[in-house]
Amino acid sequence: MSASEPTTQPAAEGRAGWAWRPYALTLPALILLAAVIGYPLLTIVLRSLSEPEWGVQNYVWFFGAPINLTVLQRTFAISAWVTLVCVVCAYPYAYLMTAVGPRVRLMLVLCVLIPFWVSGVVRTLSWVILLQDSGVINSLLRSVGFSGVRLIRTQTGVVIGMAQVLLPFMILPLYSVMKGIDLRLMRAAESLGARPSRAFFTVYLPLSLPGVYAGAMIVFILALGFYITPALLGGPRSTMLSTLVQNQVLSLLQWGRGGAMGVVLLVATFVLLALAAPVMRSRHREAGRR
Amino acid sequence: MNPGQASRGAAIDLESITKAYGGFKALDGVSLRIEPGEFMTLLGPSGSGKTTTLNVVAGFTDVTSGKLLVGGKSVVGVPAHKRNIGVVFQHYALFPHMTVGRNVAYPLTLRGIDRATRQARVARALDMVKMGDFAHRYPSELSGGQQQRVALARAIVFDPPLLLMDEPLGALDKKLREWLQLEIKRIHRELGTTFVYVTHDQEEALVLSDRIAVFNRGRIEQIGTGRQLYDEPATLFVGRFIGDSTVLRGEARSDATSTALRIAGETVTAPRRLAGEASPVMLLRPEKLAIGRPGQGVASGTNRLSGMIAEAIYLGSGSKYEVRLADGSSAIVRSPLTGESFGLGEQVELCFDGADAKLLADDSTADTTLT
Repeated sequence: MSASEPTTQPAAEGRAGWAWRPYALTLPALILLAAVIGYPLLTIVLRSLSEPEWGVQNYVWFFGAPINLTVLQRTFAISAWVTLVCVVCAYPYAYLMTAVGPRVRLMLVLCVLIPFWVSGVVRTLSWVILLQDSGVINSLLRSVGFSGVRLIRTQTGVVIGMAQVLLPFMILPLYSVMKGIDLRLMRAAESLGARPSRAFFTVYLPLSLPGVYAGAMIVFILALGFYITPALLGGPRSTMLSTLVQNQVLSLLQWGRGGAMGVVLLVATFVLLALAAPVMRSRHREAGRR
Repeated sequence: MNPGQASRGAAIDLESITKAYGGFKALDGVSLRIEPGEFMTLLGPSGSGKTTTLNVVAGFTDVTSGKLLVGGKSVVGVPAHKRNIGVVFQHYALFPHMTVGRNVAYPLTLRGIDRATRQARVARALDMVKMGDFAHRYPSELSGGQQQRVALARAIVFDPPLLLMDEPLGALDKKLREWLQLEIKRIHRELGTTFVYVTHDQEEALVLSDRIAVFNRGRIEQIGTGRQLYDEPATLFVGRFIGDSTVLRGEARSDATSTALRIAGETVTAPRRLAGEASPVMLLRPEKLAIGRPGQGVASGTNRLSGMIAEAIYLGSGSKYEVRLADGSSAIVRSPLTGESFGLGEQVELCFDGADAKLLADDSTADTTLT
C-alpha cells in the first residue's frame, strides 16, 4: 500500500505538440484491427442493407420471423448460463490458485491451459463421447442405479461443453485480481468481529468483483458467437444464432440476411453491456483503490 | 494512566505460553501480567516472539501450551472474531473498497448497532484521531499517517477493553512517528483501555509505555518501566537493547566484594561480584563515562581506560564519541556541549566510577541478535 502523493506531470506544457506520440505506438494494432475487423464489419453492415437491394428488408425479415427471435433469445440465455457456470466453477479454483505454493499453482495453471492448447473441435468431439447416451457419463449414472440422462443434443450439453471451453477466460482474470487482494484484510475483519463467512462476503467478495466482471464479460461475449460447440453438441432445440447465420450464408447464400443477424447480435450485445456498465464501473472504481 | 478510568481496560494474563512450529519454539514459556488500563510494550528484535505474542492474544495464532486470560476469562480456543479486541496493524489494513466512514462503521455494523448510534460513534472515533473531515474519502486518498489514524479509530470505535498495536508506526517517517506517538499516548489516557504495543524501536517504547517487556529468542528477558530497564538491566541483552551502552569484557577476577577485569593491560574494578559461575562483563551507560586527554586528571572515578577516538558525532545538544579501546572493542561516550571536543584519531582516557558499572553475566547471543 503506498501513500498516494499527487504526482506532477513532467513538463506537460511546452511539449504539447508531442503529446500524440505515445498514441502512434498503437498504429500497428489499429491497422490490423481496421483490416481484419473494421473492414469485414463494414462489409457486413453494408451487405445487410444492400442485398438483394438497398433497404431494411433483411431486418424486417429478421424481426418478422418468430424463429429468429427465439434463437436470439436462446443465444443470450445459453451465454448467460455458460457465464454463470464459469463463475461458479472458476471462483473457487482461482481462489485456490492464490492460496497454494508456487509449484502447485503451476500445476493448476497447466490444468487450465493444457485443454486450451487442444483444438476446439477435438475438445468438442471428446465431449460428444462423454455426453452421448451410451457415453461415459451415462454409463456411470446407470452403474449407480440412475436411468440415463439425455445430455447430447440438449441445451444442458451445449452449456457444459461451452463452459469447459471458456473456463480459462474466467479463471485467469479472476486469478489476476484475487492475487492482488491483501489477505491480511480478512484478519483485520475478523479482529473487528466478523466471522470468516461474513468477512468473505463483506471484504473478499467485493474486492474480487472486478475479476468476476472482467471474466464474465469475456466469457459472455465469446459465448454469444460460439459456433462449433453448439453445432456439434446441440440439437434443433439448442440452435444458436451463429448456426442460423451459417445456414443463411453458406446454405442459402443469403448474405444480406446473415449480415443483418450479425448486426442485430452486435447491437444487442452493445445494449446489454451499456446497461451493465454503470454497475461494473462503480464497483470497479471502489475496489480498484488500494 | 488515570486510575479513575482504569476499570475500562481488561487485565491480561499469559501463563507459560509456548508456541512451537515443528522443533522451533517461537514462544518458549512466556508469562506476563498486564494490568487493566496499562500501556504495555512488547519490545525486541525481529523474530524475538513479540508479534507472535500479540497474535496469540488477538486470536490469530493458537498456542501449543499455556494459559491466556483476558479480563480474567480464558480465551484459549476462542476465535478472533469473538474476542472483542481492537487490533491496529503495521500495514493499516483498511478496506480499500469502503470509505473512511464505512471502514470505521464496520465493527458497529457487525454488532447490529442502529444507524443513528453508529453515525454518532463513528464521528466520535474519527474526531478522537482528528480525522473527522475525512469520512467520505477512500483509504487510497489518504497519506500513511492518516490511514493509520483511521485504522486506530476503527479499532477503538467498538470500545474494546483491549487494544493491540503491531508496529503501527513502522512504515512512517520519523517526524510523523514522533507526533503520532504523542497522539497514541493521549488516546490511551482518554480511553483508559489496556494497550499492548509491539515495536522493535526502544526509543518508541520508552516514550509510550508504562512498562516494557523485552523479548529475545521467544522468551521475556525482563519486564519493567523504562527507567528500570535502563538503570537495572537484568541481562546483558536488555542492557544493550535499551539505550546506548559500553560493554567491557576481560580476564575477570572476583573476590567476596569486588570484581576486577583486566583489559589489554589495564585493570578496572567494580565493588560488587556476580552471583554464580557465569563470567562477568561490565556495562556502562554513556553518561557514566567521562572523557579526557591522557594524564589530565579527570575528577570522577577510579577506573581509567585509554583509547582513541574512532567516531565523533555532533548531536546538537552535545557530542557522542565512539572510542576504540586498547583491546579493540569500542565504547560510547556522551559529552556535554560545554565539554572539550576531540578529533578523530586523538588519544583519550575514559574514567568511570566502579559503582556505576553494571555487572552482568556474559551472553554472546546479546551481540548477534541486535539486528
